[in-house]
Amino acid sequence: MQITTVDTNCLADAVLEGDRLALARLLTEVENDTAAGREALDMLFPRTGQAHIIGITGAPGAGKSSLVNQIARHYRSLPEPGKPRVAIIGVDPSSPFTGGAVLGDRVRMRDLVGDPGIFIRSMAARGALGGLAQTTAAVVQVFDAAGFSVILVETVGAGQAEVDIARLAHTTLVVEAPGMGDDIQAIKAGILEIADILVVNKADRPGADNAERILRNMLELGHPTDTLYHHPHCPEPENPFNEVDAGPGETRRPDQEVWLPPVIRTVATRGTGTPELVDAIQRHAEYLRRTGEWKSRDQNRIQTELFERLKKALVSHWRSRVDDQAYGEALTDLTERRISPYQAIQRLLEAK
Amino acid sequence: MAERKIRVLVTKPGLDGHDRGAKVVARALRDAGMEVIYTGLRQTPEMIAEAALQEDVDAVGLSILSGAHMALVPRVINLMRANGQENVLVFVGGIIPEPDVRHLLEIGVAAVYGPGSSTASIVEDIRKYVLGEKPIAQN
Repeated sequence: MQITTVDTNCLADAVLEGDRLALARLLTEVENDTAAGREALDMLFPRTGQAHIIGITGAPGAGKSSLVNQIARHYRSLPEPGKPRVAIIGVDPSSPFTGGAVLGDRVRMRDLVGDPGIFIRSMAARGALGGLAQTTAAVVQVFDAAGFSVILVETVGAGQAEVDIARLAHTTLVVEAPGMGDDIQAIKAGILEIADILVVNKADRPGADNAERILRNMLELGHPTDTLYHHPHCPEPENPFNEVDAGPGETRRPDQEVWLPPVIRTVATRGTGTPELVDAIQRHAEYLRRTGEWKSRDQNRIQTELFERLKKALVSHWRSRVDDQAYGEALTDLTERRISPYQAIQRLLEAK
Repeated sequence: MAERKIRVLVTKPGLDGHDRGAKVVARALRDAGMEVIYTGLRQTPEMIAEAALQEDVDAVGLSILSGAHMALVPRVINLMRANGQENVLVFVGGIIPEPDVRHLLEIGVAAVYGPGSSTASIVEDIRKYVLGEKPIAQN
């Protein structure tokens, strides 16, 4: 059962040839961040960058999985040239105590069975807090290289601050349901800000008009600023598309087209509103391509990802060079309050 | 490098709607640190084999209380073999008569857990099989 002996050249090649078992295996290797998975990604990475990555986020129970089911179905019902292969990644939380997880996104996706142009993969968040797992971006890359031109990424049921998806996806859908909060919730920073498209799901329920009105009011209050999601600790990438020197607080050209997030009503269990939703997704993709934002989002994502991986690599590199005893002593001194956290860091960084 | 997580598909083939047992097992496996993919009710053998493949699971648990186990279980196993997943552990839970249990074990089911089985033994069996490839003691 241990699959560490799999020849990675074969694995990557088999994935490119369309072998579904090899793809499933490679996803496991990549999810576990094994050496084999990394080697295969080295080979596959040049083939990535083709797919439209669509993020679906929102509160638990808002109807994300059902909506993903409908969106995938709609894409697969398109006429042949332009009918995309669709990959779905459903992320659910891991237990903070045991690390175990129950991944239930497939329950709502039973309409998609038996279509070889669809591949569904469930992922546990494994302790990551931003709504995705640490390796979700790498899993997306595998699907991208394997020729899936639409990749739907469903986040962990999100509250207010799980906004990692905006960094990963080209198009982010924020799914709301009636009765989830008043207009103050709607002007808080965080999840609503990252929406490229707002969805009011369960629109057959009472309160749908109100939910839609609140979201529209929120959009009218806002002035579009910079829609690139910046990692808080990552140096801001230069945006090569800002040719005109923008004034302070203004990051786009005055003549540049602005995307106003549409509000779409859906009933995901019945498929109501799906054509309108997919149409909005396609319009957003065209907008991104037309304005050059597709490329700048792509660069932003790759740079942040590099930064994250670099951080991880540096920590493990540093840890391998620090003597266990020195590390233990610093920890003891810290817990005994003999030194402060800053002093501990100082000492550990100087330790050899 | 992250530790290897055991991934288990827990599923309800056929038409019975009694999913309490499947949920209890799913929860027990979760509490044992495993990642459980739960599919919900009324799955066809084709749906189950496809999910097992896409999720690259180490084990598949079939919960059947309808009496249709002799029709459904062999079909799941054959489809999984055709997909190249002959090494994946298949276990069955439910109310299965003794002669049928023997037959299921013969065609490749690793274990059958009837009423009163302890979740701890299911956890232990899966863990042993996946991590050490030791055969499960026949019950």
